[in-house]
Amino acid sequence: MSIGHTLLGLLESGPRHGYDLKRAFDEKFGHDRPLHYGQVYSTMSRLLKNGLVEVDGIEAGGGPERKRYAITEAGITDVARWLATPEKPEPYLQSTLYTKIVLALLTHRDAGDILDTQRSEHLRSMRILTERKRKGDLADQLICDHALFHLEADLRWLELTAARLEKLREAVTR
Amino acid sequence: MSIGQWSRDLAMGARFALAGGREGWTRSLLTAVGVGLGVALLLLTTAIPNALAERDRREQARSDHTFSQQDIPKADDTLMIVDADTTFRDLDVRGRLLEPEGPRAPLPPGVAKFPAAGEMVVSPALKELLSSDDGKLLRERLDYRIAGTIGEQGLVGSQELAYFAGGKGLAELLEGPASGARIDRFGNEDLGSSDAWDPVLLLLVLVVFVVLLMPVAVFIAAAVRFGGERRDRRLAALRLVGSDSRMTRRIAAGEALAGSVLGLVLGTGFFLLGRELAASAEVFHVSVFPSYLNPSPVLAVLVALAVPAAAVLVTILALRGVVIEPLGVVRTAKPSRRRLWWRLLLPLGGIALLYPMIGQGDDGGNFNQYLVVGGVMLLLVGVTALLPWVVETVVARLGSGGVAWQLAVRRLQLSSGAAARMVNGIAVAVAGAIALQMLFAGVDGNYTRASQYDVSRAQMSVDVPDGSDPSAIIGKYRETEGVRKVTALSDVYLFDRGSEDSSVQITLADCASLREVATLPSCHDGDIFAAKGSEYDSASDHLAEPGTTLWTPEPDGDTARSGERPVSWTVPQDIRQAQSREDPTGYERGGILVTPGALPGKLAAFTSARLFLSLDLSVPDAYDQVRNTAARLDPAVQPMTWHSIESNDRYATIRTGLSVGSACVLALIGASLLVSQLEQLRERRKLLSSLVAFGTRRRTLGLSVLWQTAIPIGLGLLLAATVGIALGAVLLRMTNTSVRVDWPSVLSMTGIGAGVVLVVTLLSLPPLLRLMRPDGLRTE
Amino acid sequence: MTIPAGSLLTAQDLRKAYGPTTALDGAEFSIHPGEVVAVMGPSGSGKSTLLHCLAGIVMPDSGSITYNGREVTSMSDAERSALRRSEFGFVFQFGQLVPELTCVENVALPLRLNGSSRKEAERAALAWMERLEVDDLRKKRPGEVSGGQGQRVAVARSLVTNPRVVFADEPTGALDSYNGERVMELLTDAARSANAAVVLVTHEARVAAYSDREIVVRDGKSRDMERVV
Repeated sequence: MSIGHTLLGLLESGPRHGYDLKRAFDEKFGHDRPLHYGQVYSTMSRLLKNGLVEVDGIEAGGGPERKRYAITEAGITDVARWLATPEKPEPYLQSTLYTKIVLALLTHRDAGDILDTQRSEHLRSMRILTERKRKGDLADQLICDHALFHLEADLRWLELTAARLEKLREAVTR
Repeated sequence: MSIGQWSRDLAMGARFALAGGREGWTRSLLTAVGVGLGVALLLLTTAIPNALAERDRREQARSDHTFSQQDIPKADDTLMIVDADTTFRDLDVRGRLLEPEGPRAPLPPGVAKFPAAGEMVVSPALKELLSSDDGKLLRERLDYRIAGTIGEQGLVGSQELAYFAGGKGLAELLEGPASGARIDRFGNEDLGSSDAWDPVLLLLVLVVFVVLLMPVAVFIAAAVRFGGERRDRRLAALRLVGSDSRMTRRIAAGEALAGSVLGLVLGTGFFLLGRELAASAEVFHVSVFPSYLNPSPVLAVLVALAVPAAAVLVTILALRGVVIEPLGVVRTAKPSRRRLWWRLLLPLGGIALLYPMIGQGDDGGNFNQYLVVGGVMLLLVGVTALLPWVVETVVARLGSGGVAWQLAVRRLQLSSGAAARMVNGIAVAVAGAIALQMLFAGVDGNYTRASQYDVSRAQMSVDVPDGSDPSAIIGKYRETEGVRKVTALSDVYLFDRGSEDSSVQITLADCASLREVATLPSCHDGDIFAAKGSEYDSASDHLAEPGTTLWTPEPDGDTARSGERPVSWTVPQDIRQAQSREDPTGYERGGILVTPGALPGKLAAFTSARLFLSLDLSVPDAYDQVRNTAARLDPAVQPMTWHSIESNDRYATIRTGLSVGSACVLALIGASLLVSQLEQLRERRKLLSSLVAFGTRRRTLGLSVLWQTAIPIGLGLLLAATVGIALGAVLLRMTNTSVRVDWPSVLSMTGIGAGVVLVVTLLSLPPLLRLMRPDGLRTE
Repeated sequence: MTIPAGSLLTAQDLRKAYGPTTALDGAEFSIHPGEVVAVMGPSGSGKSTLLHCLAGIVMPDSGSITYNGREVTSMSDAERSALRRSEFGFVFQFGQLVPELTCVENVALPLRLNGSSRKEAERAALAWMERLEVDDLRKKRPGEVSGGQGQRVAVARSLVTNPRVVFADEPTGALDSYNGERVMELLTDAARSANAAVVLVTHEARVAAYSDREIVVRDGKSRDMERVV
């Protein structure tokens, strides 16, 4: 899962402080694994260096100084490209997909597109596996079937998520 | 099994029937309407004997006189009554002239007060007719003031046309040809009661009843099974939630019971409705009052018990070959092949019952009613038993053909029982009707004969009262609108003095009229001819010799002209020969033909005259114009209207009754056929849609539906014709009539049966087309 | 959208409503000869309606369907029926075999509808049944065979006329995975070797995996995934 893209996506709804970003991330995606602040800091430095975010302002308060980050045009394009690119179909990618969908909902992009694109990607893999299965021997068939069933499980999750997009939108934008 | 459990299951079934949602009660309603129509028909049929008996009773209560009754002296409780029946178009009007001879004269039933001279009381139907525009001519004829109406007690039917008119000097009228009498009461027990039925007529009636009721029974059995397949699926669902197979059967029986009980209620309603309608209808000139149509209680109770019982029985029998499993209905995969032997037993048994009665129809022999009914029923039930076997056997051998044919044949092969069931009713109705028509055609000669009358020469005849001057009367008829020609023939019989047995007919008429009875070389007033060539009159050969002296009959006490001396007449020398020809009545007369100038006046007084009227039939109501003239001359004289065919009324009534009844029964069965057809189509909705999807022409599917009905119907009609002809032959043998197959009626009855199928197929086409729309493919 | 070159069957801007329900709302489609295209989408999305329109079973309210250069929407009912008889084949989820006919008669039925003699039609039918490994069922009736066998019989029937397009609406919907895949394998193999296009409506990914590409129908709108990616 790309933390950089996720943080970028979160910034799309408006400039935030590093700490706010961490909180928003934890709230939406970090259910079992909160983001370490150091990770936010290093990620933001990398994004700054690549010109995907800029410093919107610095607040000097009682404690350490707080930088406010804003997303640049290049950043928005980068997020869009990332969202539109299907993940390589492999097991256990639902956390990435979930992040993408939530971000799309948060940034008012078409989450359905992401699902469709991903399904297409999955199907492409499944076609290849199916082709291998058809030409291969029994061992090939069994191995391919295992993979196929896993991919199918992901796809079914995609379908279910697609059917629940509206509910999810209500939940994340509340 | 406890009674409680039974009634619980039955009640549950009844609840399904009535509360099973739209589909449930549509099915129940269909069953109920089917059963109801059948029940109504049953009730009506059981009520008909009662209605006829009631008519007979009333007819007897108002009977007045016969020709053979004793003369009674005039008293203060006597009434002169003279028949004044008339005919208006083809309607018979019962008319009586009444003249009370004292204050205690008997009133006819339904009449409150004697009409004064010049007044009449009329039946409601006659009153309506007289006041309508149509009745104008009749109003001229019945030129009396209407003083009241005849009550129901005095009428035998709601549509009967009848009147009682007040008369004067009726005793003198009776001197003439009028028919009437002096009476002191109405309702002579010896009179009015109908003649004992001819055994052949009785046989006809019995067979008509069986033939009409059998298909109704078959129809009720079919109605109970409307919607059976859906019901079976519902029962399967019940099995899934834990009811055992006996329970499901009882629940199914409960459903059928509820439907049939509802049908009984509807049937009673239909019957009451039909009873009221019957009052305003007239069938074969017979109308009844609603109160006549009361089914006998025993029969009504029988119907009320038999119909639900039959419904339950049919349901349980129908479920016999079906195993209802929790997950669906399994029709016992390979139904055992139908056996022929017991199916043959039924018709053979029927013939065995009828056989002993062969040849009993003549010389007043009697038929055992139970054997007749039993035998005919067995033969007809035999049709329903044989048909499934025939359909199964034939369909299994049917070969290849087009796609439509293949679809139909395969379907029939798989469910030949259902197909046979569908046409059973029609087959039974047609078989019965064919047998009856054959019987009718066979005994036709006994009851219908071509009359001798030559209706191309004259269409009416009227008798001139003895002693009145024919020429004046002839003049009146000549003036009547629509009369083309009047032929007047006066007759007198003269005797050889030596022998009373030897007589010669003298026909007195003008030349024009004489030409109607003989071919005359030439004719002038004063001519006289000996008619030759008659097969009746051999005595005339020597009595018509010139110089023979002939005498009027010896007067005796009976003749009206007593007191007169016999008169003699000598055959003159100048008598010429003439070739006799048939007169308009078909009679070829012999004897002597005399023009008025050749007969002495004293003989003319002995003649009685008859007029033959040739009408111009293009004149509307020519017949009634003549009748009006006759009524003006003498209300007691009825002109006779000639028909080329004479038939026994009762026979004609039965025959028309059969035709109407068969038509009703076939229509009823057609309706049930349509219902089951539509149901089948609905069951196959998805299949039809998918067939259409891969490009099946609608024509192909329509044709396959047609074949699917036409094949079993064709077989059914074939079997029906066979059994019908066999039954007809047996019945004809029973009446000792030579067996002759009446092919036109066989063809027409089978044709009607086939027509019903065609109509049903046509009617099921629009729903079929609708079902073939691709909506049926939608699964979501 | 522009019609891709070499398309056999295309549809543009299809709209179809059943009463108040909109089934298709501007759907598009195209397929090449020999191509297997899966139509996917949730229940009620309009994918079956799209198939019915493409096959000329249902007329769309508006839009155009072109088959082999001919406009399907302007054909008469008889012409469309003839088209379905000779150029298209059909496999449905269930309820498509005539229960009274034997399996071989069912397979021969489309040929017979086209006017072939019975003998000829049944010989061709038997050949297809052999390819689909159900020739031993020829004398059986649909009620006496298993769901998978019945579906293979249906596939044989859909191919017996050598159609250019086979329409399959949830052909494996009533089957378990093994039988379902077997049917798909046989269907796509047979169709490919005959260069027949297959329009495959399904909601199952493993079935759709037998396709060359898929389009997704959602709320009556279609989405051609190949074009997007």
